Amino acid sequence: MLRDAVWAALGTVLDPEIDEPITELDFVESCTVSAEGVAAVRLRLPTFFCAPNFSFLMVADAYDAVSAVPGVTRAEISLLDHHASDEINGGVAAQAGFVDTFTGEANAELDELRAIFLRKASLAGQDSVARPLVDAGASPDDLARLTLGEVPPSPDLDRLKARRSAVGLPAGDDAPLLLHPDGVRVTTAQVPLHLRRARLTRVGIEANGDYCKRLLANRYAATS
Amino acid sequence: MYEKDGEKYYVVDAHMHYWDASRENWVQGRENLAKGWIDCFYGYHQLGPPETHWDWEHYLKVSEEDLMRDVFEEGHVDKAVFQSTYLKYWYTEGFNTTERNASLLERNPEKFIVNGRFDPRDGDAGLKQLEEDARRWNLKGVKVYTAEWHENGSRGWKLTDTESYRFLEKCQELGIKNIHAHKGPTIWPLNKDAFSMEDVDQTATDFPDLNFVIEHAGIPRIDDFAYMAVQEPNVYAGLSVVIGALMHARPKFFNRVMGELLFWVGEDRLTFGSDYNIWVPKWQVEGFVDWTFPDDPAYDDYPRPTTATKKKILGLNAAKLYDIDVPAEFQLPPPGTTADETLQPGEELVRDIAGAQA
Repeated sequence: MLRDAVWAALGTVLDPEIDEPITELDFVESCTVSAEGVAAVRLRLPTFFCAPNFSFLMVADAYDAVSAVPGVTRAEISLLDHHASDEINGGVAAQAGFVDTFTGEANAELDELRAIFLRKASLAGQDSVARPLVDAGASPDDLARLTLGEVPPSPDLDRLKARRSAVGLPAGDDAPLLLHPDGVRVTTAQVPLHLRRARLTRVGIEANGDYCKRLLANRYAATS
Repeated sequence: MYEKDGEKYYVVDAHMHYWDASRENWVQGRENLAKGWIDCFYGYHQLGPPETHWDWEHYLKVSEEDLMRDVFEEGHVDKAVFQSTYLKYWYTEGFNTTERNASLLERNPEKFIVNGRFDPRDGDAGLKQLEEDARRWNLKGVKVYTAEWHENGSRGWKLTDTESYRFLEKCQELGIKNIHAHKGPTIWPLNKDAFSMEDVDQTATDFPDLNFVIEHAGIPRIDDFAYMAVQEPNVYAGLSVVIGALMHARPKFFNRVMGELLFWVGEDRLTFGSDYNIWVPKWQVEGFVDWTFPDDPAYDDYPRPTTATKKKILGLNAAKLYDIDVPAEFQLPPPGTTADETLQPGEELVRDIAGAQA
């Protein structure tokens, strides 16, 4: 069914800050596909004042992902209940880009913003993958030597590889598990601090994500 | 003050408000923004314990009587620091101006400390206003909200803006030493991460004699905040929202966030704030005194919160920032008589002198 394909496409769209798909975050209020192949998607966010740049990225990414689904003739993505709904919906529909959508308020597109959060996700993901190994007794030296190919397969490992690839960091089997945000290998002596930074980053992202989910659930409690 | 198990806590609520979000105060044509703002706050309110929830109408605007009861009679607070938030773009008389806050100061001078504010986009008129406010209310601190929308069309500013430095220099000249910064979702240019702490980092280095209290511990960027705070001794975390939004609703995340803050920032630079009237202080103070880490090895890496930790966070740290005279019965024993007060663990790591344990 075409709607399933559209839903799957929406599942590839991430909230950049929370690093989770918008489908998992309950940000998709509705998704319908007409007999003519017009996909209509309505998105909603935890608050009226969620940052307009991240909001724009999610709407634009949803537009691109849904438009690329074979059989979809047109994508209509609308963001509801947000202070910049009109600008964002109009800008994305016109494929105007962020700078032209927010004339005079922005001086670049959002690629660098996206990259900052992919790098954070790549750091946090090292905690997700390495923490079980530390608990099982891996030493700093073991961890500094370990490559992605030597780590047991897991969804966390797949996610780490995907985020690294997306931001151009080494993601192959021969790439070190522990990497600084700039892609440099972590030495044995640096492992304790590095893992604590990775943990801190992960706590920040996960606490933020959980907070947003709770706010969304309260905001739409009456309607869902 | 709060007393539990024979321990007495002097409570400074270092971040609270006296706002007016009533319909009469909504700017015509911008009602959606005024309502959107308070609805957003009402969402935060609902993360507190259900028995503390108010109806929306009451939440829009509390009376002086409500505030005095909620904060002082029932809330255990000894001294409260008003933080202003203007938002005149959508609230006609402002959401929570210095003047409105100060209206309570006149009747209760021993209860409140009133902080001012500035917005560098107000230029020379803003500087003059800051001088007047500082003289009138003997300001020791200001609150700056970098995401505030301005009539000139701008939707935010950075502490490192040239104009901002003029205001910070003026603060120093006027004896204002505590800068409470609240990062928000918008800033110029809009494509940048408005929650980023880079401007605070630079400014804290350039103004070593000022204290920078980052409200909500930089949420949603506690990682940026914590790592910066390790390197800037004049940076503090305000725990408003950390306690209010997480301690009841999400104790697991509260434990982890507090663990990270104790680790990187340390107990001497964390300050309690209820964020009244998003939440009332009573359950926050009581719950925080009772709080401890679960008995789980996952928390072994974090410093254990002690009674002294809680006394500092609930009042003694803020009392130092604001030169509040705390009676002896609430004070900690002099340094040197308790556990050693050496480097915070995070500092050891950053200076690369920690052991190699992972």
